[in-house]
Amino acid sequence: MSVLLSLRDVWVEYGDKVVLERVNLDIEAGSFVSIIGPSGAGKSSLLRVVLGQEVPTRGSILLDGAPLKPECEPDRGVVFQRYSVFPHLSVLGNTLFGLECARAPFTARLFGARRRAAIAEAEEMLTAVGLGDSLHLYPTQMSGGMQQRLAIAQALIKRPRILLLDEPFGALDPGIRADMHALITRLWNDYSLTVIMVTHDIREAFSLGTRVLTLDKRRRDPHAPHRFGATAVYDLPLTKRAPAPAVTDVSITLDDFCNN
Amino acid sequence: MRWVNRRIQRGNGILLGAIPIVLLVLLYLVVAASRHADNPNDKILPLPGGMAEAMSALLFQPDLLSGRLVFWADTLASLQRLGIGLGISTLSALLVGLLLGTLPPVRATFGPLVTGIAVIPPIALLPILFIAFGLGETAKVALIVVGIAPFMIRDVAAHVAALPREQIVKAQTLGASSWQLILRVALPQAMPRLIQAVRLSLGPAWVFLISAEAIASDIGLGYRIFLVRRYLSMDIILPYVAWIALLAIVMDMLLTWTSRRLFPWAHGANH
Repeated sequence: MSVLLSLRDVWVEYGDKVVLERVNLDIEAGSFVSIIGPSGAGKSSLLRVVLGQEVPTRGSILLDGAPLKPECEPDRGVVFQRYSVFPHLSVLGNTLFGLECARAPFTARLFGARRRAAIAEAEEMLTAVGLGDSLHLYPTQMSGGMQQRLAIAQALIKRPRILLLDEPFGALDPGIRADMHALITRLWNDYSLTVIMVTHDIREAFSLGTRVLTLDKRRRDPHAPHRFGATAVYDLPLTKRAPAPAVTDVSITLDDFCNN
Repeated sequence: MRWVNRRIQRGNGILLGAIPIVLLVLLYLVVAASRHADNPNDKILPLPGGMAEAMSALLFQPDLLSGRLVFWADTLASLQRLGIGLGISTLSALLVGLLLGTLPPVRATFGPLVTGIAVIPPIALLPILFIAFGLGETAKVALIVVGIAPFMIRDVAAHVAALPREQIVKAQTLGASSWQLILRVALPQAMPRLIQAVRLSLGPAWVFLISAEAIASDIGLGYRIFLVRRYLSMDIILPYVAWIALLAIVMDMLLTWTSRRLFPWAHGANH
C-alpha cells in the first residue's frame, strides 16, 4: 500500500490554545480511516487541516509527496453533517455543479451536447447512490438521508483522491444510518476510495473503518488545560477486512440500498 | 382554546381584515356628513361626491396651461422617478452586496464606507443633491438611491456573508473559483433576499420621492399634494393618498409573486 497522505509534525493552535500537537500520520491509498475521540479533541480541526480549510500552525501535509496548498481543491472531496448541498439547485443541478465548474470556467454552465454528456455522467452517479428517481427534487423536499446521499454523489463525481466525511451520518436516524453505512462501504469498494471519517459513534468507526484513530490529549495540565493539544493516542489497524474490494453477493431481486 | 392556537380560514380572514377598513370608512362618512350638515361648504372632510367631482377634472380634463391630464401625468412622473431610483438601487445592491458578502478583502475595504453612508439621514443630503444635480429629475432619483441603496447593499451583503461556511467550502472542493462561487452559489441565493429588500425599501423610497417632489418639482404625485394643500383641497389630497397606497400595495404583491414564481426553493418545502 502506497502512502497517499502524510502529516508531518502538525500543530494547530488558536491563539494560545493548542488544539493539535505533534500529529504524525501516514494514510495509505484505499484505506478507510475512522477518527474518534472526545468532544474538543480536535477531530474536526484535523479534518479541516487536511481539507485545506485551515492552515496548520506548524508542520507539513503532503498529498502524493507534494505539499498541500492551504486551500480547498477538487482533489479532496467533503461531506459535512449538514449544509453540504446547495438549496437553490435541484438534485441534478447539485451534481452537475462540479462538472460545470471544471468544464466551463467563465459561465459555469454547460450547453448542448456537453451538457447532455455531463447529465448522463451525473445520472449514473446519482443512480449509484440511489437517487436515480429524484433528479428534479430540491434539497428542502428531501429527507436528511437523501440529502447526504446527494452530498456524497456531488463529491464523488469529481473523483477526489480523498473523501473526507465530517460526522456524515450523525444527524440521521438509526435505520437510515444503517442504509448509509452499506452505501458508503459499497462506494468505497466500487470506486476504490480513500476515506477519512470523523465520527462520534464508536460502533460506526469500527464497523466501517480499516483503521481507527483515537485523538486525545496525552498530557493534561489542570491549571492550563488549553496548553496541551490532542494527538493520535491509539492507532488501530483493523485486519478483519482486507482493503482489496471484497466480493459482495449481487442480488437481482432486492434493492441493496434501501431507498429512503 | 388559546388565542395563539386559533387558525383563521381564508374566507374568514378576508372578512376579518375588511372589518376595520369598513369601520374606518364608515366613521369618516358619518363625521364628514355631520360636518357638511353644519356647513355645506366644509373643505376639511369632503364627501365622496365632492372628491369624485374634484378628481374627474384632474382625471379627464386636460390642464389649461400644459394640456396634460394632470392625474395621469403626475402618476407617470412619480412612477418613473421611483422606478429609476429603485432600479439603480437594486442593481447596485446586487453588485456591491455580492462582492462585499463574498470577498473578504472587498468587505474590509468598503464595508466601513457603506456603513458610514447608511447612517447619514438622506434628507440631510437633499440640499447637497440639489446643489450638485440641480433641481431636475437627477436630484430626485439620487435622493431615492442615496436613501435606500445603502440599506439594501448591507442587507444583501449580510445575507451572502451568512451563507453556511460548509456550502462555500463544498463549492471549492467541487472546483469552483471565486467567480464561479459568486455566479452560481452566492448570486442565486441572494436573489430572493434582494426582492425582499426591495419590498422593505418601497416604503422609504416613497417617502424620499414625495419629499423631493414636495420641495422642488413641477409635476408628480407629491408635488400635487403639497400644491393643493394651499387651498385646503382635501378632496384632491385624500384620493391622491389612496392612489399612492394602492400603487404601493400592487408593487409589493407583484414582488412577492415574482419571488415565489422565480425562486420556489426559497419559499418552504411545499413548492
